[in-house]
Amino acid sequence: MSISTVRPVLGESGRMIERHSRQLAAQRGFYTLLSVVLLLCVVSGSLWFANETNSGKFFERLPHLFDFVEDLIPRDGMEIWRALFDLPSPYDDGSFKYNYPEGRAYLGDTFYIPEYFHKMVETLNIALVSTGIGLLFGFVLAFLAARNTMPNPWVRGFVRRIMEILRAFPEVVIAGFFLAILSLGPIPAVVAVSIHTVGALGKLFYEVIENADMKAEEGLRAVGANWLERIWFGIVPQVMPNFMSYFLLRLEINVRASTIIGAVGGGGIGELLRLSIGQGHEAKTLAIVLLLLLTIVAVDQFSAWLRQKLSGDQAFNAI
Amino acid sequence: MTILNTSEMEAIAARHPHLLRPSFWQRFRVPIIAVACTLYFLFAWWYFAVGKVMGEANWSIAGNYLADWVSYEIRPQIEIESDGAMRIEYPRFDPIGPNPNPEWLETRRETVTRTIEIPASASGNAGAAKPSSSFMAPAPQAQQAAPQSPSHETRTEEIVTEAVVSIGRSRTIEVHPDRVVLTRGSESVTLRLNRRSGEVRPDGALPSWVEQRLPGGRAVAYFGTSGWAEISAERVRIRKRFLGWANFLFDTSSPFFGKPASEIATLIVSGDRIQPDRSNLSLAWNNILYNSEWQHLDVWEKLLQTVVMAFIGTLFAMLVAFPLSFIAARNIFANRPANQIAKRLFDFLRSVDMLIWALFFTRAFGPGPLAGISAIFLTDTGTLGKLYSEALENIDEKQREGVRSVGASPVAVQRYGTVPQVMPVFLSQALYFWESNTRSATIIGAVGAGGIGLKLWEAMRTNSDWENVAYMVLLILLVVFIFDGISNALRSRLIGKDRS
Repeated sequence: MSISTVRPVLGESGRMIERHSRQLAAQRGFYTLLSVVLLLCVVSGSLWFANETNSGKFFERLPHLFDFVEDLIPRDGMEIWRALFDLPSPYDDGSFKYNYPEGRAYLGDTFYIPEYFHKMVETLNIALVSTGIGLLFGFVLAFLAARNTMPNPWVRGFVRRIMEILRAFPEVVIAGFFLAILSLGPIPAVVAVSIHTVGALGKLFYEVIENADMKAEEGLRAVGANWLERIWFGIVPQVMPNFMSYFLLRLEINVRASTIIGAVGGGGIGELLRLSIGQGHEAKTLAIVLLLLLTIVAVDQFSAWLRQKLSGDQAFNAI
Repeated sequence: MTILNTSEMEAIAARHPHLLRPSFWQRFRVPIIAVACTLYFLFAWWYFAVGKVMGEANWSIAGNYLADWVSYEIRPQIEIESDGAMRIEYPRFDPIGPNPNPEWLETRRETVTRTIEIPASASGNAGAAKPSSSFMAPAPQAQQAAPQSPSHETRTEEIVTEAVVSIGRSRTIEVHPDRVVLTRGSESVTLRLNRRSGEVRPDGALPSWVEQRLPGGRAVAYFGTSGWAEISAERVRIRKRFLGWANFLFDTSSPFFGKPASEIATLIVSGDRIQPDRSNLSLAWNNILYNSEWQHLDVWEKLLQTVVMAFIGTLFAMLVAFPLSFIAARNIFANRPANQIAKRLFDFLRSVDMLIWALFFTRAFGPGPLAGISAIFLTDTGTLGKLYSEALENIDEKQREGVRSVGASPVAVQRYGTVPQVMPVFLSQALYFWESNTRSATIIGAVGAGGIGLKLWEAMRTNSDWENVAYMVLLILLVVFIFDGISNALRSRLIGKDRS
């Protein structure tokens, strides 16, 4: 069987269309090439700049990249467990490196909570409290920022700008400012993470509200309900599952954020991690990393499971 | 309209029991949840000892710190000597500069003959050691002649006998050798200074804005936002607050310092060279960049580092997560172990916190943006990989089938069947992360991973550079808003306005 190709003969207008489409393709190729070259320039420039301003140079440091692994090998494997559960170490020489039992927080005479668990709970509490505060204020602000619940454009614009500023304001600065006033402790971390969360949740929430079905609200309006009743009975039941889903997502993020804020002085496990890495306490570092890893995985799994239950299969992937 | 009889109503009620007889949980869940949340917040109040910390907090300095964000203080100190002569001094690094002669501080001078004690060691360089003793400057010859042992000397010189500081509109401090008159609006009070007993006594009752803890002790007068003054028997310390950022362009050691804008412009355009080896323009620019107080060049460089960290970290994370997500997606790469390995890798990278990566790479590369890039890169490879592989598992199979049915190779199936569906989503997510990483890069910078975070942190630690903090925060907000705009514009072009 032979296949014959038929070349159609183009007419006047056909040739014009053909020429035009080739021209467009060439133009497109040119622009693609141009943007790729531009991107490459920006990337190589950025890399050069990053390398130039770094204290160690990339290629000099590359062979030493895994040096820190050597600093992380404890004297024996059991040391990690001893550090994690505050058990006395056989290598104890009175230094801070092996003083595991000193961090115990006693409840009663014999039962104690190991230091790292205690601090991990503190970090989780920071995250939970600040996400709760974020939910509360974000909830209220979102109804003032959504187009379908707040007809006044001035109020809407004002609330949106406020949320943008809350979101973009560097958390470090808020934490640092409150650290200066309140001295060390978890409250600056709570304030810093909450302020950011109000802005972030508020934005996600008002987008959900703007996508809500307005028929229920219309029905309530028809029977003479006031603004609060229309919102509470018409919109809140629709958006609540999505709100809770975003709340849980934010909780995952805030567990990480409060660890980081902890490292810059906000208390909790982050501070201990930074100290133990800085002082080269390998068993303590590994214990904290292990605990942190397990906690984050547990929180993520729990929140994914709960979100699945709340909003079914269309659980959110995007942050 | 249909009318129901009782039996029909009961039938309906029997069919939908959950609507008409809600369970206990359905009926009371709102109050139960509200009570649970309240209890939790009360627990947190106790757990973080909020009441105690708030009570012990130093709220008075909070106002000062906040005021420092947008204003600065000039701190003259008027020393009253035993014979009534006054010396006006400024701290070494006061923003007023080396040759203070402010309009708001008026002095009355008299030429008198007086006896002063000259300390032995300071006799030779008394003028130079006190950088702000310009009010005493007219008598250098007398000092040169001073003998080497402490002695009394009689000389004729011009001294300040009265100083009037106007600290705000209708707010003045008049300093006389034996009394200080404070005026705020219509109220005025005279404080008598008794040098011999070291006491300060007011004439009459003190107004509410003057505070004296102990009778005869030092008095502090508050003038609201325009400053305050502390009066003791031998000296008056004044803090006058000005709105704005002091010496934002030129610091006090610059030759352009304190000159009005028009004069600087003339100097730059047509003036004689201040330094013979370079033009005035380049000198001015150099002075601005290396302004010792604001460190413009350093701040900009650190900000650029932060931007670069977020950009490169996210870009590389996207480039690595893209192929890996194809391996992780069940419907595309039909190999269960490979799927699982890739997915667990993403989980691992994501769960080891950005903080941990940042701390480790700070040790590996030394402090700087490379550590930040690596931390963002690894964390985001995990997060983007997870999101991408989930997006790939939700694609429409029809397009791939279509491409496959005409005999395309596996690579071509992905290229023409899968990528066009997911690319907009992928890019939009990468853009979102780029934008949000610009913020997180600030934080991890504070633990040593480069960028403006560390600079911010250092400025805050000193507790006196809040105006620099404000400047950096403004720059960060500006950059974040610009990137927000760019990223939103690109995203709505990629995936349409309604889905962004």
